[in-house]
Amino acid sequence: MGLALAKLAQWTAAGHGAGTLEITPLNEAILKEIITFVESFIYKYPQEAKFVFVEPLEWNTSLAPSEFESGYVVSETTVKSEEVDKNGQPLLFLSVPQIKIRSFGQLSRLLFIAKTAKLKEAQACVEANRDPIVKILGSDYNTMKEDSIALNILDKITRDDDPEREIKKKIAMLLKQLDRHLLNHSLKHISLEISLNPMTVKKDIELLKRFSGKGDQTVLESIEYTSDYEFSNGCRAPPWRQIHGEMCYVLVKPHDGETLCVTCSAGGVFLNGGKTDDEEDINYERKGSIYKDLVTFLREKSPQFLENMSKQGISFNEEQQKEKDPLSEAPKKDEAAAFHKDISGSDKRSLEKNQINFGRNQMTKRLEPSLNWKTTVNYKQSKGSVKEIQEDKHTGKLEKTRLSVSLGRAQLRRKSAEKIEEIISDSSSESEEDEEPPDHRQEANADLPSEYWQIQKLVKYLKGGNQTATVIALCSMRDFNLAQETCQLAIRDVGGLEVLINLLETDEVKCKIGSLKILKEISHNPQIRRNIVDLGGLPIMVNILDSPHKSLKCLAAETIANVAKFTRARRVVRQYGGITKLVALLDCAHDSTEPAQLSLYEARDVEVARCGALALWSCSKSHANKEAMRKAGGFPLLAQLLKTPHENMLIPVVGTLQECASEENYRAAIKAGRIIESLVKNLSSQNEQLQEHCAMAIYQCAEDEETRDLVRLHGGLKPLASLLNKTDNKERLAAVTGAIWKCSISKENVTKFREYKAIETLVGLLTDQPEEVLVNVVGALGECCQELENRVIIRKCGGIQPLVNLLVGINQALLVNVTKVVGACAVEPESMMIIDRLDGVRLLWSLLKNPHPDVKASAAWALCPCIENAKDAGEMVRSFVGGLELIVNLLKSDNKEVLASVCAAITNIAKDRENLAVITDHGVVPLLSKLANTNNNKLRHHLAEAISRCCMWGRNRVAFGEHKAVAPLVRYLKSSDTNVHRATAQALYQLSEDADNCITMHENGAVKLLLDMVGSPDQDLQEAAAGCISNIRRLALATEKARYT
Amino acid sequence: MGGARLLPWSRRGQPGSQSAAGRAVVMATPSVRAAHALVDGDLTPLPQPQGSRASREGLGSRAPRDPRRGPIPWAPGMNRKKLQKLTDTLTKNCKHFNKFEVNCLIRLFYNLVGGVERQGLIIGLDRNAFRNILHVTFGMTDDMIMDRVFRAFDKDNDGCVNVSEWVHGLSLFLRGSLEEKMKYCFEVFDLNGDGFISKEEMFHMLKNSLLKQPTEEDPDEGIKDLVEITLKKMDHDHDGKLSFADYELAVRKETLLLEAFGPCLPDPKVLM
Repeated sequence: MGLALAKLAQWTAAGHGAGTLEITPLNEAILKEIITFVESFIYKYPQEAKFVFVEPLEWNTSLAPSEFESGYVVSETTVKSEEVDKNGQPLLFLSVPQIKIRSFGQLSRLLFIAKTAKLKEAQACVEANRDPIVKILGSDYNTMKEDSIALNILDKITRDDDPEREIKKKIAMLLKQLDRHLLNHSLKHISLEISLNPMTVKKDIELLKRFSGKGDQTVLESIEYTSDYEFSNGCRAPPWRQIHGEMCYVLVKPHDGETLCVTCSAGGVFLNGGKTDDEEDINYERKGSIYKDLVTFLREKSPQFLENMSKQGISFNEEQQKEKDPLSEAPKKDEAAAFHKDISGSDKRSLEKNQINFGRNQMTKRLEPSLNWKTTVNYKQSKGSVKEIQEDKHTGKLEKTRLSVSLGRAQLRRKSAEKIEEIISDSSSESEEDEEPPDHRQEANADLPSEYWQIQKLVKYLKGGNQTATVIALCSMRDFNLAQETCQLAIRDVGGLEVLINLLETDEVKCKIGSLKILKEISHNPQIRRNIVDLGGLPIMVNILDSPHKSLKCLAAETIANVAKFTRARRVVRQYGGITKLVALLDCAHDSTEPAQLSLYEARDVEVARCGALALWSCSKSHANKEAMRKAGGFPLLAQLLKTPHENMLIPVVGTLQECASEENYRAAIKAGRIIESLVKNLSSQNEQLQEHCAMAIYQCAEDEETRDLVRLHGGLKPLASLLNKTDNKERLAAVTGAIWKCSISKENVTKFREYKAIETLVGLLTDQPEEVLVNVVGALGECCQELENRVIIRKCGGIQPLVNLLVGINQALLVNVTKVVGACAVEPESMMIIDRLDGVRLLWSLLKNPHPDVKASAAWALCPCIENAKDAGEMVRSFVGGLELIVNLLKSDNKEVLASVCAAITNIAKDRENLAVITDHGVVPLLSKLANTNNNKLRHHLAEAISRCCMWGRNRVAFGEHKAVAPLVRYLKSSDTNVHRATAQALYQLSEDADNCITMHENGAVKLLLDMVGSPDQDLQEAAAGCISNIRRLALATEKARYT
Repeated sequence: MGGARLLPWSRRGQPGSQSAAGRAVVMATPSVRAAHALVDGDLTPLPQPQGSRASREGLGSRAPRDPRRGPIPWAPGMNRKKLQKLTDTLTKNCKHFNKFEVNCLIRLFYNLVGGVERQGLIIGLDRNAFRNILHVTFGMTDDMIMDRVFRAFDKDNDGCVNVSEWVHGLSLFLRGSLEEKMKYCFEVFDLNGDGFISKEEMFHMLKNSLLKQPTEEDPDEGIKDLVEITLKKMDHDHDGKLSFADYELAVRKETLLLEAFGPCLPDPKVLM
């Protein structure tokens, strides 16, 4: 009756407030154990049974005095035992209803007397005596610590001089034994009642451990259990806490926060009260909301964890996927039940919950594209069997707590998701679709669709059949709708993938064909793709590419095309020599030997080449694969295939070329290999997809000037311009506008486009188009705008308004392009009026706050013509509250382009004296001076201009000198850029109005350099240089004069 | 995938105990080599320009053949004239082979048989010899199917395959169109020749196709189920048996079903 009892009693008391024991099977079992112990005590240990307790155990009994028989002195309301202690006090004293007992012997007897009421008596006794050990052995043992209880008892007793110490020691040991027995006994009950799944948690923690440690890249600094001892059921929580469903406690130290003490329970993961002062104990109270699992919990608690997780992302998920699959039953049940609840939810609360869960699920959906499976299952579940209702109840509690976290969390989640997205979109095309979707395995007991069982049966025949049975099973499997996720996952979940892949290793041609036909279909599913790679399917398929059977080659290549949609798969293909083999498939030069009639399982060479091109298309999304393809001699073959008239061949070929065109090597080869001609020709094809890929390829290649000219020479601009009018297919439109954008970098092309009225059409595309299209459209307009004539066209077509509207967007690439166009238009006063009216300048100005340096720079460049051309520019600029401060502070940027653009803007702003005064107050002089030490000619040019402008105010000239801007400026004169020379000479001329500056210039050898400048053909430069020299000279004269007079 | 194979039959060459292989391999070696020459030799490529090559090369075995294949020896006990005549007759009735090829096949046939017809004595490949060829050359393993193939070759039902049946059969085996092959396969599978493949026939043909699971109470359960699956897949008119029309439709949709009930055509891998 020690620890276990105390803890169990405590627990129930906490639940009820009053000090009563709840009638639960567990408590009952414990009481029964105690009863057996006490009952047998008198026989087993007669000596110890006589030991007198230090204090009596007291409780209110329901026994009547009349029930006591021999050995007791019975009166009407009292009973005394005949047995007495040394002092003659009876060992049992009952005065209705209170009873006091002072020995185990009496306790045993009482239980005999109680007969049927044993349980009740025992319960009452335990309830009334919360510290039985203290009462029995004395208060010396009151302060004992749980863990060391037995030791302490033994210690104390051995030191004791009490003559009874032997007995006391024995009793203490017995009690300790009982205690342990009770604990273990209760464990059994707990495991019956609560289904803990410590394995899942254990795996999670071990996994996290592997990714923890010092350093920035790890997800956590440390993670460890609070207790090293693991119970037989895998839990580490003490049994009286296991009863709550708690499995273990973990100390987690994230990189960005305090150590968290976390409870992992069957219901979820939550923050507990942390370690209490005396180190050993934990404050078990829940302090935070409940999360589904440890990873979810940490994601919420630690942004650093989230970030590093996404960095570690792939490998971690992969491992988790592997580790978790067979073990994740428990949390999944919860989720499924939650889903079920959502569907059947009738009360308001669950509706509310619905929304939260919905948000959640959407989040997860992004990462796991396939909830269909689950939802179908849940749909079936909602038919509602008794079992599910039970399950529902089981998770009800959990759901309530989840509710409490509500919106705040949802927002957090959204934020974190955005972050992840950013990371993904930042990386190149390689990482497209690279986040590994976590697996869904079917629950064992769920209500499965009938296809599942049918497929399972077929897989059984696949495994246990000979060739004939296998072919029949394969053919029959193809009758299922393999495009449907249910079937795809069913094949995997019943172990079909392993068999299908294994079949590929046999040399049964028919079986291989049948298997590949199925793999080809189901590999459209991203999860299946990953499973195929995990099972080592790719190397086998790569080997099949060598097969003499063409139809096998075709199917293998097509399957590879489907599987190689993610980086890891593409890498595997390359590592096993797949690229070379695929390239070899492209070679169908021996067309003439094609048999008139194809044999049974064969295919044409052209078909083989098409499949090879398809696979290469998928593979060519990785940089290394493009390289491998080039080395394998893929390019000439692709170029050759490009001349075929078959559209279904051209699409993968052009697709591959388009992917490869991102490489310099390929672009050069495309330019040299008359590829552009073919691409241009296919632009006029009837197939939209083909047109799209051709346009895309041109877009990729047209960065190069020669290529742009080739497009024009082969008459590609006209089809491009006419495709602009077909706006229904957005992908194609994006590709076409992209091609036009890049082509219009060449002036001749722009002229052509103007001829074809493409500019008008482009302006028409400024509204109601997806961003990918808009970026390209605006980019194209930006190139066209370099010519006055086109700017007029844009204004006349009403293009200014939609352009200014686009300034409020968030897409970085789009903003860069839009600002460029707006800036170009602002050069023209009439357009500027419109921009001003539409408040475009304000919009541009606010883009200076954009986090992307490209946008900032582009906006600042666009502001220059605006300020230059706006009427009453000074007043306008002043009207932007905080605007001047903002732009001056941008001088602290470390991006050279931003700095140059801001200097240019400041030059324009400083033309207004009042504004110059304001920016001087904002400290423009020291900021500009600090920039002076630069080698960037563009920055030097604009910086020098800005300095020369800013000299016009107050003692700014002197201030520039004080801030040591003069000496670096002198060095600018040694630059090779005339623009820099002119701007610098002007700045020096302004600065030379101050005597000290003249001295500095002279010291730095400015005079000689300026003398050279005087000889320049540039008049402004001549003038400024001469002015500067004259100032220096005048100072020298003045000094001499002063000296001699 | 270094692991153990899942499938019981993953490599060829371990025919079932009842297979012909064990019994007949030894006696067959010389003819087997010739038959191999036939399979991976001159007959598999495309039809040559008719006649020209044969006449150029004459009847001797001076044809430019791959050195690793031995020449087909002269048919024992056959004179040139007779062979010429036989070749001409058979070439007339054969659409997939040219004269030269037919000539080779005839010589091969007599080599396999070991002699030419004497007056009135019919000579040919008996069941065992033929089955041995099927097994060794064409990679067939199923006893029952091989018997059926023999019967399909043996058009006149006299218990042996004669030279004309030989050339005809091989023409279908090696060059047959899908239509011909369908007709032939259906004939092989239609055990009682009533024009339908009944459930019982399917059961009979498939009965060895599943590995016996010791746990299963009724070992035939799986086979019955497999028959049902096949019917579901192929029986388009739902009359519980396969007519040729059913079969043809199913095969046209999925060529793999051509040999649905057992391999009765040369294994594609031995043709390569």
